[in-house]
Amino acid sequence: MTVLSCSLDRLFFSTYRPRHHLPSPINYGSNFKIISSQNPLKKNIAFQKSKSTPKKTTKISSSSDSAAISTTKKTFHGLCYVVGDNIDTDQIIPAEYLTLVPSNPHEYEKLGSYALIGLPSSYTARFVEPNNTKTKYSLVIGGDNFGCGSSREHAPVALGAAGAVAVVAESYARIFFRNSVATGEVYPLESEVRICEECKTGDTVTIELGEDKLINHTTGKEYKLKPIGDAGPVIDAGGIFAYARKTGMIPSQAA
Amino acid sequence: MASSAFAPPSSSLISHKHDFGLSPAKCKRSHSRRIVSVMAPQQTQRTPASTGSVKTAMTLTEKILARASEKPALMPGENVWVNVDILMTHDVCGPGSIGIFKREFGQNAKVWDREKVVIIPDHYIFTADERANRNVDILRDFCKEQDIKYFYDITDLSNFKVNPDYKGVCHVALAQEGHCRPGEVLLGTDSHTCTAGAFGQFATGIGNTDAGFVLGAGKILLKVPPTLRFVLDGEMPDYLLAKDLILQIIGEISVSGATYKAMEFVGSTVEGLNMEERMTLCNMVVEAGGKNGVVPPDSTTYKYLEGKTSLSYEPVYSDQTARFLSEYRFDVSKLEPLVAKPHSPDNRALARECKDVKIDRVYIGSCTGGKTEDFLAAAKVFLASGKKVKVPTFLVPATQKVWMDIYTMEVPGSGGKTCSQIFEEAGCDTPASPSCGACLGGPRDTYARMNEPKVCVSTTNRNFPGRMGHKEGQIYLASPYTAAASALTGYVTDPREFLH
Repeated sequence: MTVLSCSLDRLFFSTYRPRHHLPSPINYGSNFKIISSQNPLKKNIAFQKSKSTPKKTTKISSSSDSAAISTTKKTFHGLCYVVGDNIDTDQIIPAEYLTLVPSNPHEYEKLGSYALIGLPSSYTARFVEPNNTKTKYSLVIGGDNFGCGSSREHAPVALGAAGAVAVVAESYARIFFRNSVATGEVYPLESEVRICEECKTGDTVTIELGEDKLINHTTGKEYKLKPIGDAGPVIDAGGIFAYARKTGMIPSQAA
Repeated sequence: MASSAFAPPSSSLISHKHDFGLSPAKCKRSHSRRIVSVMAPQQTQRTPASTGSVKTAMTLTEKILARASEKPALMPGENVWVNVDILMTHDVCGPGSIGIFKREFGQNAKVWDREKVVIIPDHYIFTADERANRNVDILRDFCKEQDIKYFYDITDLSNFKVNPDYKGVCHVALAQEGHCRPGEVLLGTDSHTCTAGAFGQFATGIGNTDAGFVLGAGKILLKVPPTLRFVLDGEMPDYLLAKDLILQIIGEISVSGATYKAMEFVGSTVEGLNMEERMTLCNMVVEAGGKNGVVPPDSTTYKYLEGKTSLSYEPVYSDQTARFLSEYRFDVSKLEPLVAKPHSPDNRALARECKDVKIDRVYIGSCTGGKTEDFLAAAKVFLASGKKVKVPTFLVPATQKVWMDIYTMEVPGSGGKTCSQIFEEAGCDTPASPSCGACLGGPRDTYARMNEPKVCVSTTNRNFPGRMGHKEGQIYLASPYTAAASALTGYVTDPREFLH
């Protein structure tokens, strides 16, 4: 029933570099316009933003209007939480919490309270303090293969529900990356070097998405990020469905 | 496809070649030609479309996606809309997927095809956790509303046997119920959906949002993966199982070695594996980061499917000149039983080198190591030993059928004993109700869940921190042979202690 144009081709895979087939250039800009965005609902109070950023919720949503957003000038600013390599989905959201259904708003919030609770005790700082549902760290910095393991969408959802806006990792496991984009919960950004070794939990960090840059104010260092590409607008819109509706690709409700 | 071309693939078509576990001369003889000849199908008449045009050589995975996207040819890297043949979901991700489906397509929307959605409660079943129980109810309500043809329901949690529809672990149930067919596209809201690739189909795991989309549209946007080829040759030693082979491979390429790629398993050893062993091989493809795994279908596949499915299917095979990203070759006769040590599936070690690791328990179960063949293998070791286990040994059959087999199938060489009898004599726990069980921890009251820090040898698929419950638990992934041997000694043990 849905007819999605080929221009959506590159949605999920901006970070993939095939070895023997170079992707054709993305013909994005001219085909669709983002004419409205959902109400920005940035849940993390400690998070400062330079302009209103649309953040999806899992509430029953219709496309409500707010300021039009430019996808290239997004800035995130906040504290970072640093983890290592191969952070698998069991560490991001242990299986015992998977009875919570993400599309249920109340359970969505609960999921957030358990984000990264599966990390070993060597991580002395908790991502979400006990008895809280929100984190004070809006940015997660990781190493290789972030999000490996299960296909559970609860993983990016828990991070987003807790208030994280972006993960910056060296590389991602594919299902986690895909789920992050499809849900619009967090921006799965990629660094060029091992930022996880140069940042510490609690550092103040700014990400300039439009300039593909991460600045660690605590250390004074700047880092180049890989462009999020076509996945960016999808996350901006609040996920794949919201994006497709917003761009007129699918009707807001089918019969 | 003409079967007259027997030359091995020319090296220019393979970016990297790796040879492992071999004495150089042996591995490189005409076995590679034999591989090629086996790829020529022996049975069904195939239309030119399924053989792939001569001009565009494609791998098995590429061919499946080409056909499913109605394109004559595809190359890795292309993003295509693919028709889905089967969408599977279970009690953990089903409710979320259903929620998204209703939210996006409308509360009164209907699924794209009521016969192509297979709903299998299996993860958190035998528990008092109210939310877990509620999630099965949500599935039931949806299936009633949508008139879903395949819903393997359970209503009486106190006795799985009185639930005639209930199956158990989704990936094993899919195979046993004939939903896995060569050449098709099967998606599931579970990372181990790749298991079905053992049937020569494209099978991969997706999240709730993607599943919600497929429920309504019957299609999904996928990027065509390049294929890594794993050639496994040599006679399979009688102390090795498919689990050892896949642990060998994951240890070789690491937990991200196959990210975004397809893993194709060929070779004389693979041809000699039965379907359940092939499923074990494909099951852990995701542990290497792989998108999907495939084994070319053959007479073993067709025989397994006889009587299980009434739908016709059309297998496809990699063209002889198809391009692979890399090729890895293994001389299986040289391999030894392995474990994956805590806390990563690629933390490979020889079982015999871990013989000083004292263990607290053994777990035999899951889609990876809880199938009939897996229990037969464990029984073989217990039978050979004749002794009792030294640590609690938990047995969790994957499905009702597996449970039945444990209680009815005779173990060869035992003088007519069933697996269950052998397990009882060895002092194992009574085989439990079929489900995913403690493979992924689950609610606190899950049978065999690791609620304290313990050392466990397990036939499951992941051993990241906290996987089976407790964060400080130590999980050694192993084959059923190795797990049984370890149970008998109370230490990580190479099964050759008992099997030779």
